[in-house]
Amino acid sequence: MTVETAAGATPPEPELVQLLTPEGQRVPHERYDALIADITGDDIRSMYRDLVLGRRVDGEAVALQRQGELGLWASLLGQEAAQVGSARALRAQDHVFPTYREHAVALCRGVDPVRLLALFRGVDQGSWDTDESRFHLYTIVIGAQTLHATGYAMGVQRDGAIGTGDPERDTAVIAYFGDGATSQGDVNEAFIWASVTNAPVVFFCQNNQWAISEPLERQTRVPLYRRAAGFGFPGVRVDGNDVLACLAVSREALQRARDGEGPTLVEAFTYRMGAHTTTDDPTRYRLNAELEHWKLKDPIERVKAYMVRGDLADQAFFDGVEQEAEELAVHLRAACRALPDPTPTSIFDHVYVEPTPDLVAQREAMSTYLDSFAEEVAR
Amino acid sequence: MTALNIIKAINAGLRRSMESDAKVLVMGEDVGKLGGVFRVTDGLQKDFGEDRVIDTPLAESGIIGTAVGLALRGYRPVCEIQFDGFVFPGYDQIVNQVAKMHFRSGGRLRLPIVIRIPYGGSIGAVEHHSESPEATFVHIPGLKVVTCSNPVDAYWMIQQAIALDDPVVFFEPKRRYYEKAEVDVDGEPDLPLESARVALPGTDATVAAYGPMVKTCLDAAAAAADDGRSLEVIDLRSLSPLDLRAVYDSVRRTGRLVVVHEAHRTLGVGAEVAARVTEECFYSLEAPVQRVTGYDTPYPPARVEEEYLPDLDRVLDAVDRTFAY
Repeated sequence: MTVETAAGATPPEPELVQLLTPEGQRVPHERYDALIADITGDDIRSMYRDLVLGRRVDGEAVALQRQGELGLWASLLGQEAAQVGSARALRAQDHVFPTYREHAVALCRGVDPVRLLALFRGVDQGSWDTDESRFHLYTIVIGAQTLHATGYAMGVQRDGAIGTGDPERDTAVIAYFGDGATSQGDVNEAFIWASVTNAPVVFFCQNNQWAISEPLERQTRVPLYRRAAGFGFPGVRVDGNDVLACLAVSREALQRARDGEGPTLVEAFTYRMGAHTTTDDPTRYRLNAELEHWKLKDPIERVKAYMVRGDLADQAFFDGVEQEAEELAVHLRAACRALPDPTPTSIFDHVYVEPTPDLVAQREAMSTYLDSFAEEVAR
Repeated sequence: MTALNIIKAINAGLRRSMESDAKVLVMGEDVGKLGGVFRVTDGLQKDFGEDRVIDTPLAESGIIGTAVGLALRGYRPVCEIQFDGFVFPGYDQIVNQVAKMHFRSGGRLRLPIVIRIPYGGSIGAVEHHSESPEATFVHIPGLKVVTCSNPVDAYWMIQQAIALDDPVVFFEPKRRYYEKAEVDVDGEPDLPLESARVALPGTDATVAAYGPMVKTCLDAAAAAADDGRSLEVIDLRSLSPLDLRAVYDSVRRTGRLVVVHEAHRTLGVGAEVAARVTEECFYSLEAPVQRVTGYDTPYPPARVEEEYLPDLDRVLDAVDRTFAY
């Protein structure tokens, strides 16, 4: 069945905010130039470093999964600019509610990537300090975290932490999710809640074109950013492979939230260059030519080209970042393999704040059972 | 002492919790101006404001999901689900998020959320308004599940549930909402939240029930007494964790147990009680544990619900069977 658009008209190409072309050329933008006017060469170099380290963490994790060190990994390959650009727009007091693919955001929030590996290794289910990083735990049920973010933002409202004009107090919340998640009821409920409560939350959708094997056309007949209009708040589509544009658009949206002006939907138009996860095989459902097309829009290469073009960095800088990435990779490999398995009886530790009598009994039973084998071995 | 029905007792308990802790919020559909469809939250919005008594959009997953975020920010949301059957749109958030957050965070995060659900039948309602889904929550580790049967327990248990740092699903027996009792609102609760209570001491057989069926069983015990048979009635109150110490003590004396609930029979709370009593009191049992429950059908049309629901006669019939064995 072919789906016809209304009256056979071709929808106009939606406006996509872009500040850096795939060739690394800085293009002026009437609205968004001002939002990154303060960005210095140091900032660009620092963002480049985050992009490279983010990709390297990801690459190492894929390799560790292939070596049997991780049970699974969800690669962010291709989405580095969307993640770094939005994360660099955050202030210390802002809160992040991620999916399970926001590894570069985690890095920008100071979460040790070893903690991410621990989750995918099966050592724990999220062990980073969410108070310190303000980067909440990964959420695997698609879209569920958008409601958590919205509720959190309602709490921020009640604490009077928006619209005071104090840049260290006013707080925004950002919810990450993907194109597939926009079909979930929870995401639509989050949009409604945020809209009617005017909650200080930014909905940051990384539209990477694919929900495992299903292309965007299976989720929507309108550009995703336009959905916001129906809920009564602004939506904007940004080149998700352009770190500067993602920074600018996110800064604007987050500041609206902090100022008490309510939610924004940002659609970062990007591409999942890898598989959905390490268990997925994208050759079954998409053409290699599509990937090749997107490789030309690589989010890291364009920053590098921009830096070279503008004389913002020399070879020694690039070599230095490469060296740092290499050292990080060595550290991750060793630290991942050194992660201790949890003890079996630790599963009873935090079901409730205080253990219930039933769980105490079950723990003892498990202990006794496991110890019986130890005695056999000893004999 | 104040004469309160269960609605007013929960209302008074909510009010006391909100007075003593500014982080306690009430949220749900129609809980504000209307005071909830059963008026359990009547007057709270007027006194505590719209920021603390939140009329939410009509979406149960949204109620629970935003409560998660509020709890992470340090609030203590009390969510009202309007009717039992309407909890299922929020079931994913309850089971996958609320129940697991403390565990998956290695104990770092706590979600002190109370989810209030009016439940049970015998009110002549249409579909989805008379169900007893408690076992589907008891089965989920990380949730506590409690239910009150009378105004005194309602008043104290709602406050104890709010004070707890674990998430609690709080089932309210809607057909008993208008039962009255004298409540000492300035006193102290005589029991911890997670404990059963002997509602009526007896010597010949044990009847364990909870929520709306406690009154049914007390009525049955009164009828049995007329026939010279003494039933001990135990109000389980806490379904997760399940406190069966009083049941074990009783069964060791009586040797006979009948478990009663409105919910379907298969894999219901009665099945768990029967299994555990068999494990703990095997040599004391004079007869197999009997279950008196709703049948394993969807909740039926109201005109036949009284035949579907356990009543006094079905309880006594089951007691007779334990003696005939």
